[in-house]
Amino acid sequence: MCTYHTEHLELRDSSGKGADGWFTLREASVYYDHPVHAPAEHTVNVDFLNRSLGPSARVAVELDPGSARELARALLEAADLAASHSGQGH
Amino acid sequence: MVGCMSHDMPGDLEAQTITIKGHGGDEIEAYLAEPRGSGPYGGVVVIHHMPGYDRSTKEITRRFAAMGYVALMPNLYHREAPGAAPDDAAATARAQGGVPDERLVGDVAGAMAHLKSFPKCNGKVGTVGYCSGGRQSFLSAVSLQLDAAVACYPGGVVHGAPPGSPLSFAPLIGRSKDLSCPLLGLFGEEDKFPSQEEVATLDKELTSHGKDHEFHSYPGAGHAFFDVDRPSYRVEAALDGWKQVTAFFGRHLGS
Repeated sequence: MCTYHTEHLELRDSSGKGADGWFTLREASVYYDHPVHAPAEHTVNVDFLNRSLGPSARVAVELDPGSARELARALLEAADLAASHSGQGH
Repeated sequence: MVGCMSHDMPGDLEAQTITIKGHGGDEIEAYLAEPRGSGPYGGVVVIHHMPGYDRSTKEITRRFAAMGYVALMPNLYHREAPGAAPDDAAATARAQGGVPDERLVGDVAGAMAHLKSFPKCNGKVGTVGYCSGGRQSFLSAVSLQLDAAVACYPGGVVHGAPPGSPLSFAPLIGRSKDLSCPLLGLFGEEDKFPSQEEVATLDKELTSHGKDHEFHSYPGAGHAFFDVDRPSYRVEAALDGWKQVTAFFGRHLGS
């Protein structure tokens, strides 16, 4: 199925490396849909974007749902650690 | 030495990227595939799936030309992402909320006008679309005067976009009375978007308005069963689906 479900996040002070090197990331689209490349019918997909730089300013990942959960857990742990080191809250 | 055969052998075709006038007179990119013979041939507007104006939908466009139709696929994401890779263009379009319905109808109308201007076109034009393009094929058929329409696993016709979707997919079932042409619908029984409940609801609505339609739902198939390079491909459903499309367009778009 095509779920069309998409969450958009604004990103701050973030960068990604795309086909033309590093660039500033402004937003992320997170959705569950058919992948372009991953060998599965559906994947959890994330597009990191900077639309002001054009459509090619994109870092894309297509994740197996289990892998996406593990990644989310690792991201939360790392973000908690970063917050404790810098003294910042969530 | 290899000789050159006559230009109207079955399967001989030419394909190229052209510019057409779409909604609001905008110039947009389109992929044209035409048989090499002199015709007359029916015209087919191919409406690409949500992943975009990509290699697989260009292959489908060429297949229609090999079947004896002048086939034209507008790049629905041209405005958002001219010249971009298809997957980047699709991501940009998704981030912006998808293709507005009004603009889609204008782009299909532009493609129709382009096909009808072809000397080798017999003046009959149909649409075929996949996934979101299936819904857009139905949208075209209730908005424009067509000769035939094929909708392959069209999500959102009955209920619109699901909750949480940023896409502006309004339900279209209320416009069934405006269907201008025979409709062929191809569905996977395991698909959830559209579900078999939605297929039955649309079938009943079209029947209540006396609209000529033909639906086929395939067991063991879900969404995107025509996609040969994805795990969703189902060979039996795809083979029969192509057979149904061939017969349907032959009846309604043939010379």
